[in-house]
Amino acid sequence: MFPYLPHEDAISAPFWAATRERKLLIQYCSTCDQFQWYPRAICISCATEKLEWREISGKGTIDSWTTVHRAPTEGFVPPYVIARVLLSEKVIMLTRLIGIESPACDQVVELSWQELSDGRALPVFG
Amino acid sequence: MKTPVIVGAAECDLGVTNKSILELQAQAVSRALADAGLKISDVDGIATNAISRFSATSLADYLGIEPKFTDSTFAGGSSFEMYVARAYHAVASGQCNVVVISFASNQRSAKSRSLGGVVEHHTPEAQFETAYGPLSPLSYYAMAAQRYIHDVPNGRAALSEIAISAREWALLNPKAYRYGTASLTVAELESADLISSPLRASDCCLVTDGGGAIIITNSEIAKGLKSKPVSILGFGESTTNTSMTTHRDLRVTGAKQSGDIAFAMAGVSRSDIDVVEIYDSFTITTLLSLEGLGFAGKGEGAEFVLDGKTRPGGTFPLNTNGGGLSYCHPGQYGILLLIEAVRQLRGECGDRQVANAKLAVAHGTGGILSTNATVILGAN
Repeated sequence: MFPYLPHEDAISAPFWAATRERKLLIQYCSTCDQFQWYPRAICISCATEKLEWREISGKGTIDSWTTVHRAPTEGFVPPYVIARVLLSEKVIMLTRLIGIESPACDQVVELSWQELSDGRALPVFG
Repeated sequence: MKTPVIVGAAECDLGVTNKSILELQAQAVSRALADAGLKISDVDGIATNAISRFSATSLADYLGIEPKFTDSTFAGGSSFEMYVARAYHAVASGQCNVVVISFASNQRSAKSRSLGGVVEHHTPEAQFETAYGPLSPLSYYAMAAQRYIHDVPNGRAALSEIAISAREWALLNPKAYRYGTASLTVAELESADLISSPLRASDCCLVTDGGGAIIITNSEIAKGLKSKPVSILGFGESTTNTSMTTHRDLRVTGAKQSGDIAFAMAGVSRSDIDVVEIYDSFTITTLLSLEGLGFAGKGEGAEFVLDGKTRPGGTFPLNTNGGGLSYCHPGQYGILLLIEAVRQLRGECGDRQVANAKLAVAHGTGGILSTNATVILGAN
């Protein structure tokens, strides 16, 4: 179902390590009091390299969604639903919606997980 | 400071060519130079991409010239509108005298296009998006369309009207891939295969070979040429995102910034424009760009197009060659927007000619609404 194993690097390693324990960590800048997604080497508001990782609530709403009917590459099995989810921490993640028959923009969703073949997991929402 | 003008425009072979990228590039350059009345030895500037890692260098070598100016800005379909700005500055300053802006692709013949797009494993998109399986760029445009339809009454009908209008124009253009076919119907459009909902096959651009070139020189050199020069009145651009998650509002694109800058530079208003060429990678792209450029307010694009004003004979001639949806889409379509705008301003468009066209807009987008660039051109 999830044939692509994402690469990771020194910046994103804490995020991926936490997925093994089913924890969703997002970077947080205490100077700006702001979360950011995706993980980066600096805060995109103040450019500091001093960023924290915080475990987040896992609550959000669907900004938008699409049912994919063609496989992007071998190994994906459509149809499945991709979405942009706006987290309560005010960042948007790309994700899958699992178990929602007819999604709608602005619908409330919650975090769940889908395991990858190497033991890491992908945050998904339902 | 010299005054840059456009003096040549031509397409290479279009459709299914079974030719190499460089053969098509050379055709485009040769035909545009012939259109201008210039020789290949006059060219001292090149702007192009998508040939190789060293695209402008490759083309210079293939053409046997050693230019004083090159640019291979890689920003998807808006690159060519960006090249007009770069070439303008190079010609105005005297860095060079004759710039060829060109593009060609053999993506249909070579079957080189993948629905998953190009994945570069080290990028944030590959780390945090690819695993979910989006079509790229298609699923991003699909999410923009979904949000639009959710928020705006008649959004779906407006997307269909964009495709219907493009087909009507293509039926007037002998070079269009869909020339000689038939008008599209709403029923046909809304029963086409879903690719990434709500976008259906009929909302998506063609996948063809093709390309073309334009020639920019200064007004002094243009005086001695047979072709009618076209003025470059304004340009602007915007770069917003490569991730599917970093741009907050799917319904607001960089077209607003690029359009506002271009219109301010040109000193003309939206209502002055006679003909509009907008990159229609997908039906939603056109709708969002119309709103971003200020031809319609936010959320008002649907109502704007639904009365049929963009079709042939309408009050707002849009994508008069048939667009990426029905004429030709070789990947980075931006060069073909410029060629059609130039031809409309020179009055060369035959059955699809917009009467008395004096001012034209060419607006390119690239990536996943990642880049936007607007050029405003005027007839002489």
